[in-house]
Formats: sequence, C-alpha cells, structure tokens
Amino acid sequence: MSSRPAVQVEGIRKRFGKVVALDGVSFEVAPGTVLGLLGPNGAGKTTAVRILTTLLIPDEGRAEVEGLDVVRDTVALRARIGLAGQYAAVDENLTGRENIELVGRLYHLSRAEGRARAAELLERFDLVDAADRTVRTYSGGMRRRLDLGASLVGRPSVLFLDEPTTGLDPRSRIDLWKVIRELVAEGTTVLLTTQYLEEADELADRIVVIDHGHVIAEGTSDELKARLGGDVIEVTAARPADLARVAELLGQASAGAAVVTDEVAATATARVKRGATVLADTVRLMDAASLEIADLSLRKPTLDDVFLTLTGRPSDDAAAPHDDGGGSGPGRRAARREGARA
Amino acid sequence: MTSVTYAVSDALAMTRRNLTRYIRIPTLLVFSTIQPVMFVLLFVYVFGGAVKGSLPHGVKYVDFLMPGIFVQTVVFGSTQTGVGLAEDLSKGMIDRFRSLPMARSAVLAGRTLGDGVRNTFVVILMTLVGLLVGFRLHAGALPAIAALAIAVGFGFAFSWISATIGLAVHDVESAQTAGFIWVFPLTFASSVFVPLRTLPGWLQSFARVNPITNTANALRALTLGGPTTRPVLYTLLWIVGILVVFMPFATRNYRKVA
Repeated sequence: MSSRPAVQVEGIRKRFGKVVALDGVSFEVAPGTVLGLLGPNGAGKTTAVRILTTLLIPDEGRAEVEGLDVVRDTVALRARIGLAGQYAAVDENLTGRENIELVGRLYHLSRAEGRARAAELLERFDLVDAADRTVRTYSGGMRRRLDLGASLVGRPSVLFLDEPTTGLDPRSRIDLWKVIRELVAEGTTVLLTTQYLEEADELADRIVVIDHGHVIAEGTSDELKARLGGDVIEVTAARPADLARVAELLGQASAGAAVVTDEVAATATARVKRGATVLADTVRLMDAASLEIADLSLRKPTLDDVFLTLTGRPSDDAAAPHDDGGGSGPGRRAARREGARA
Repeated sequence: MTSVTYAVSDALAMTRRNLTRYIRIPTLLVFSTIQPVMFVLLFVYVFGGAVKGSLPHGVKYVDFLMPGIFVQTVVFGSTQTGVGLAEDLSKGMIDRFRSLPMARSAVLAGRTLGDGVRNTFVVILMTLVGLLVGFRLHAGALPAIAALAIAVGFGFAFSWISATIGLAVHDVESAQTAGFIWVFPLTFASSVFVPLRTLPGWLQSFARVNPITNTANALRALTLGGPTTRPVLYTLLWIVGILVVFMPFATRNYRKVA
C-alpha cells in the first residue's frame, strides 16, 4: 500500500536544559495500525507523544500527523487526534457524563450532538450506571475508561495513548486492551507507549524500541524476537547457594554462551543455538555434580529477552523507578523527569 | 461560528466547569466564607474599641472595616486561581485541554472568570454579614453596586497575578504558599483594618502607595460617602495596570508550561 503514513516522525530532537530527551528519532505509523513505543522510563517515549500531540515543540526535525505538521498546523491537527495521558485527565468534581460533555463542547459539537456522543461513549465504556455520579467515586479503572472515552469524543483518526494501563489491575487492563483492539478494527490508528512488553506484544503491529532518546530497534514483535535467534535455557537452582555452580555448568554445556544470573529467583539463563542438545548436556553435568535443580526450561526468546539484550537491563528494572511515582505525579513533570533520566 | 465566538463559548464552558466544583463540594464555599466572617467578627468586637479613637469623627468602626474586608476577601480569594491552575496542571487536565481544538485563552479566562463569580458571591454574602453587625451603605444603592463591581474587578486583576505564580511553581502546595505569603503582609500594611495615620512613618509611605489601600479607600468613599473620583480613578488604573502586566505574563507561563 502506498498511502501516506498516519504518523511520520523525522529526526526529532528535543532537549530540556542540558538533558537530551530525544536525539534524532524517526519512525512511521501506517494508517489503521498500532505502533508500540517501547522503552524504559526516561527513554523519551512521553516526550515523543507530547510533541506529536502539539504539547511540546521539537528543537529539530519534523513530524506530521495525518499530513499535518505538529508545529504549523496545530489547530487542524488537534481536531484529528485523541490523547489519553499517563494520568486519567478527568475532573473529579464533575460526573462522568459532564466530563465527556465538557470535552464535546470544547470540540464545538452542538449541545444535542455532545449529549448523544456522551451517551454513546458512556455505553461503550460500560459507565452507564455511574454516568451521573461524580468521578470522585470512580475506581482507577473506571477513570481510565472515562479518560479514554473523553479522548474519543472528536472521533480521532489517530489516537495517542501514553502508558494507558499503568497502574491498572489485570482485569481492567484486559478490558482496555479489548477496547483498543475494537478501535483499531474500526480503522483508528493508535500510537501507544508502554513499559509492559506483554502489552506491546498483545496490541502492537509494530514496535519501536527507544532508549536514551534513540531508536534502538524496530520491527514486529516476531521480528524482534527472531533477531535474537536460538533458544533460551533457564535453570533454577533448588538451593540459592548453588547458583554460581549452576551458572558455571550451564556455561560449560552451552559452549561459552553468556550466562545471566538472577540471585533473587536463583535462576541462570543462557541464550543458545541448539537448545535441545545443550539442555541434555546441562542435565548430565548437573547430575554428575549432584546439583539439585528446582526448574529447567527451554523456550523461545520473549520480548523481555529482546529488551534485556538491546538495553543491557531487564525491563523490570527500567520500570521500577516509575512505580514509586505512579498515580499522582504530574504529566508534565513526568516528561521532565523522563528527560532527566535519559 | 467565528474564532471569537468560539473563544467566548470555550471560556464559558471552562468557567462553568470551574464553578461546578463549588456546587459539588459546598464545604469549599463554606470555608472560603468562614474566614472573612471570622475577620469581621474579630475585628469589630476585639479591635473595634481600640481602633475607634483613631477614626474620623462620627465614623463607626464597622463602617470603616467592611469596605476593607471586601478588598481582603477578593484578594485572598484570588490566590485560589493559581492553586486551581496548579492542580489542573498536576492532574494532567491542562495537557488534555491543550490537546483539544479549543481556544487557547479559555483555560485562563475560565479560571479567572470563575473565581470572579465566586468572589462576587462571597462579597455579597459578606455585605449581608456586615449588615447584621451594624454596617450601613450610607451613600445609597448605586454607589454600593459600583463598590461591588470595583472589588470584584480588583480581585479579577489579582487572579492574573495568582495565575502567573501558580503556573510558574506548578505544584499545588507551592502555589498555595507562594500565592499567599506576599498577599498577607500586603493586605495588613494597608488601610484595610486601621487608619493609615496610626502606622509608623516608613510603613505609612508604603501603605499609601499600596493598591490595596487605594481600593479600600475607593470602596469606603462609595459606601460611607465623600469624594469618590480620585480613589476610584486610582483603583481603576491599578486594575488596568495589573491586567496589562500580568495577562501577558500568565499567558506566557501557560504556553511555557509544557
């Protein structure tokens, strides 16, 4: 297909003071697809979203959404996009219905249109019963759904979701995924940032991995995993004290492949070419050394392994700093903080 | 619709949104009234006797005090503008508004207008409280309405200072402190509670140029009677001056806030 990309980013740079948040980032999103922008906190994901939604002006480079320039065509562009940020941007003192109707008025819908749209979105997001209660009484999941509903009032052709499920319980997360899939099926283009590899794996047609303001990998989830190649062998020692010895033998069996150990889980992991052979060797060596093994697995690489290989640190580590600030931190601040860590 | 009608309808939508919070949480309004009511009662009954001697002959302290209280009420009330904006900022509301195809002016306009409406309500309520403790509108109804308009206009101007501060400090607690800390001495070092002549000379010179003194004097002229032209004119100049300086500052801070 030769149609114009829904989102096109070319060589975007953005710095906050001395900190470079984005250092020449380029990517595209094809219409009607989901792009997952994946990266640890501080990678520059939020900064990219803020530039694409006209909240920030890039220092260098060019970006277009639906062919509209993010710096010059802001007014037309804002009418075509929806944004749901990291924090549910809904007014606690208004009811769910009032929140959506307010956004409708600000999109300059007529009163009747705004009312109809609100009813439709409340229905879609399963908020009909709570529609006339103030948002103060809503759960976190309900707020996120309302926030997503508010971002859809203007029937956006491109939807930006900045960590849409951070802080949600698994049930709410799965519900939100379902809605996002429906929107995509209706033809909406979605750009979502996430720290959850599982989320990118589930939703994204293509994934762009960024770290320290650079795009470090790009492709479908399968392509990224295939790039690593081979199999992953993971051995869990029955006694944590044995871990060093287990790792040593695993290295021996896998003919010198790099072994990564995790002291907490008492696991040693190696990425190898011929998994089955190495597995058999490993078992033999462990047996000969009378080392007790709690678990042993042979699997294909996950996005976690991809992430670990590309960024040199596990995704959990990268996500941790975010959790302590989760929930109440300001969106704008998060962007700065993100910059500061880059 | 033209962009001007959009700007007006967006500002009204935002004003309504900001006022809804007082309907949903009535205690907010109760507490923003309790404080000035307390000031009225404390000053009339505690300091009234002591201050009486320094008042112009025949002027009751409650008549002197109430116009001052109106100014204090709108100025203290205007500090909430910056707090509200800082709150919207910290909750990501400003991001949402800025990503919508709405008029850029509407967030600030809606916030300052909303606080203006709230100030109007509180000043009317204060007038009623004043009437209960002996305050009288000696100059008649029309000047009294002018006094209300001037008080609210002065509060509106201060709201833009508050907005500038709130958008500069970003977080709610700093906005609360930074927005209030300078307003308190400014209000006391004026003719709001006592006649200027009782202040030491150096403080008098400051109090004389303090816009709060001007406004209190203008409101006094409009409620007690007496020459109104000069104090009213000075107050209007202050209002315009503050708006001319701080509207651009607040707008710039709003743009920069990303």
